[in-house]
Amino acid sequence: MIKKITILHSYKGWLFIFFLMAIATVLLPFLNIFLPEDSVLHIPDYMFALMGKYLCYALVALAIDLIWGYTGILSLGHGVFFSMGGYAMGMYLMRSVGKEGVYKSDLPDFMVFLDWKELPWYWYGFDYFAFTLLVILILPGLFAFTFGYFAFKSRIKGVYFAIITQAMTYALMLLFFRNETGFGGNNGLTDFKRILGYSLQEPSTKMGLYIITAVVLFLSYLLSRYIVQSKLGRVLTAIRDAESRVMFSGYNTIHYKLFIWTLSAFLCGIAGALYVPQVGIINPSEMQPSNSIEMAIWVAVGGRGTLSGALVGAGLVNGAKSWFTVTAPDYWLYFLGALFIVVTLYFQKGFVGIFSHFNSKGKVREST
Amino acid sequence: MIKSCPLFNSYKPTVTLKGRKILARFIGVFVFLIAGLLSFSLCEANDFESAIKDLGNKSRSKIKMAVKRLGNMGDLKALPALEALKNKRLRISEGGAIIILNEVGDQGRDVQNGNAVDLSSLTLRKPKINNSVRRVLTMAIGKLRLTSDSSEVRLEAARNLLKRPSSGLVELIEKALDKESDDEVREIFMLVLAKERLNSDDKNMRLQSLKTIYEFGDNDFISAIEALLDKNDAGEYLESDPEIRDSAAKAISKIENRQFFINQAANLFYGLSLGSILLLAALGLAITFGLMGVINMAHGEMLMLGAYSTFIVQNLFKEFLPSFFDWYLIVSIPIAFIVSASIGVLLERSIIRHLYGRPLETLLATWGISLILIQSVRLIFGAQNVAVANPSFLSGGIEVFHGVVLPFNRIAILIFVVFVVVSVWTLLQKTSLGLQVRAVTQNREMASCMGISTHKIDMYTFGLGSGVAGLGGLALSQIGNVGPELGQLYIVDSFMVVVTGGVGKIAGTVAGALGLGILNKFMEPVAGAVLGKIIVLVLIIVLIQKRPQGLFAPKGRMVDN
Repeated sequence: MIKKITILHSYKGWLFIFFLMAIATVLLPFLNIFLPEDSVLHIPDYMFALMGKYLCYALVALAIDLIWGYTGILSLGHGVFFSMGGYAMGMYLMRSVGKEGVYKSDLPDFMVFLDWKELPWYWYGFDYFAFTLLVILILPGLFAFTFGYFAFKSRIKGVYFAIITQAMTYALMLLFFRNETGFGGNNGLTDFKRILGYSLQEPSTKMGLYIITAVVLFLSYLLSRYIVQSKLGRVLTAIRDAESRVMFSGYNTIHYKLFIWTLSAFLCGIAGALYVPQVGIINPSEMQPSNSIEMAIWVAVGGRGTLSGALVGAGLVNGAKSWFTVTAPDYWLYFLGALFIVVTLYFQKGFVGIFSHFNSKGKVREST
Repeated sequence: MIKSCPLFNSYKPTVTLKGRKILARFIGVFVFLIAGLLSFSLCEANDFESAIKDLGNKSRSKIKMAVKRLGNMGDLKALPALEALKNKRLRISEGGAIIILNEVGDQGRDVQNGNAVDLSSLTLRKPKINNSVRRVLTMAIGKLRLTSDSSEVRLEAARNLLKRPSSGLVELIEKALDKESDDEVREIFMLVLAKERLNSDDKNMRLQSLKTIYEFGDNDFISAIEALLDKNDAGEYLESDPEIRDSAAKAISKIENRQFFINQAANLFYGLSLGSILLLAALGLAITFGLMGVINMAHGEMLMLGAYSTFIVQNLFKEFLPSFFDWYLIVSIPIAFIVSASIGVLLERSIIRHLYGRPLETLLATWGISLILIQSVRLIFGAQNVAVANPSFLSGGIEVFHGVVLPFNRIAILIFVVFVVVSVWTLLQKTSLGLQVRAVTQNREMASCMGISTHKIDMYTFGLGSGVAGLGGLALSQIGNVGPELGQLYIVDSFMVVVTGGVGKIAGTVAGALGLGILNKFMEPVAGAVLGKIIVLVLIIVLIQKRPQGLFAPKGRMVDN
């Protein structure tokens, strides 16, 4: 088993990954805690919430890369799985607010505001973290499995699949926008106080969440790497390139597609659950069709079919977004739009593709 | 003397600015004198004139009395003044002349002699009225209108009577009913009387009333009749007469029955209307997606561009040709088409043609295009919605049943859709261009071998699809808001229509759009607007499971890639 894992990367590759992990989980927190605030190298507290957010996006990009980059199925509905994880976590955080809400009631504030007298049944259990964790791990995957089962069984693929996933996220967004659905309507869930007893306002909690996210991302990356390098991964790539031929060769492609689709949703759900406590809000706009399309562009920018590309792409696009929305908010959409066009027209291999292109000129290309 | 006023006015252009001021003052004094003289001389005039004059009285009770008197006199000449009083367009000059302003408020007319007056020279006072006066006023106007010569005015007056208690008017209505020749108005008069007499002492009269309601009544009567069937706490009927109870129950079931059918008919119409809008939004997509296999996520923005073109044409007309304002919509039709089509062609040439055969990439690239278009429009026209006014011939509607109004703009869109669909169909099926388009759709290489310039055909087809979307935007501007996000609202729905209907068939798109529109409107009363929409989306997803190629799938089997 250990051997199986070690062959995932070359010696240099492992070194690089551990180097990155060390920077992310040890050096940066160290710089924050032990350096004085006026030092040039000091990392301010707010950076950890921001970086934690980016890491969640990177996890989403990883999930989308598995299904799109490797299997060739474009989903425009990953916002749904992300929101499912997010809402489950949000519900737990709402319940752990206790009676400290604005209305001093045991019920979440928005329910008091809507004049609800008791908790809806589907909120039961979210008082317990273990139950919440179970929901986060199971629900998005289960939902994806059911949806995928019917979709793949009817051989919906390509553009049709993209469009019905878009319809799915659109329908769920409309549903969650309603107050009657019981998830806070427009405003969603917010004003969280603590997680597992730790105050969410505390910098140490934020840093803890950030480190957890980094570790989860690391593990997910290894899992994805393991999958795409296995025989299963080869079949997935074959499905992407010529599904009919794979079928003619005797493979039941539904099983493979269903597996990777469910796994992708599972990772996405975890990303959502990690995202909510760090950002402090979850609302239905996360399920807007435009959000899910934007997720796809992270992967495209970084480079489809390369896991590192997905991670880099999520960081690049969201970094650019943060920068644009502060300095030139009017031109962010121009930039994003141009990114969509330029990447699909000229850089089909994305950022990583350009990088390895230049890299390969010098020396023999490392097989990935 | 009065005639000399226009004469003076006609000198105006020749005098200098300073002279003009003096002149204006002179005219002012003149008019004041005339008004004073007139009011003096009319003091002793007949009852009508004095009542009109009393409208300008400073005491509210006097005004109220005057309004009542005018209402009872039944002289239609009083109507404009009363209406002006109600709409706050009545003014009183210092000399006591009663003046009606026009709608804009820049011209005035003296009530007593009907002459135009120069407003700039007069100090005007608004009459002070309160709710009690307003109530009397509404009643008086209603009474006067009942005797109007125009059957439309009478109809409206009668309908207004239905809405509020009119016990004081029974005799008047009876009289009016005797004279009435128009069936529709008669019907409503009878209903008004029935409502008044429902609780009278005469049993026959009550039965007669119930019968009238049975025949013509609508929902508004249900609560009044249900009151007849109420029981007291001991479980006894409040209404002792079983015959009345019986016919009341009959009337209720009849009304509910009739209302059910009316509602279904209304749903059908609104469903068709929604379907026609969806069809306009989706038809262009059906062309680009269905015929060319291009997923154009910027399709919604083509709608938006069409709507904004209409907005610009409207503004140009407002600015330069205000007297031909109503024509702007007609002029917009080709312009909206050309604007959207040329931008579509531009996109096809510069971006989309590089992506043929890669549908998922096309989807992302066109999404990028749509972001850029939205942001450009937002920067040029602002993020707020802009107003596109209906031309006068499209405002209003016809009331087919009581409470069911079919707006003219929706009817016009229905007709417009038929026109567009027929044109597109003819173009594709009956012209040589259409033949080439279909040939390229079926087999690109073969068509190319036969000498068809496939690049050109691609360009035309994409232009056509975008242009039709522009027409859709023009239609949308007539029924809703025009804003940068207009296209985003319709893009998901348009895709649903195309996918439901099946790709590559205009008939499929038509069936898909109308079917979804009607289904949506029939779901709405059952499940609510949002939930209805969700159910429809879920149904579509289920349908695609069953028929992945849509309702009108091309026959035969094929293996892709």
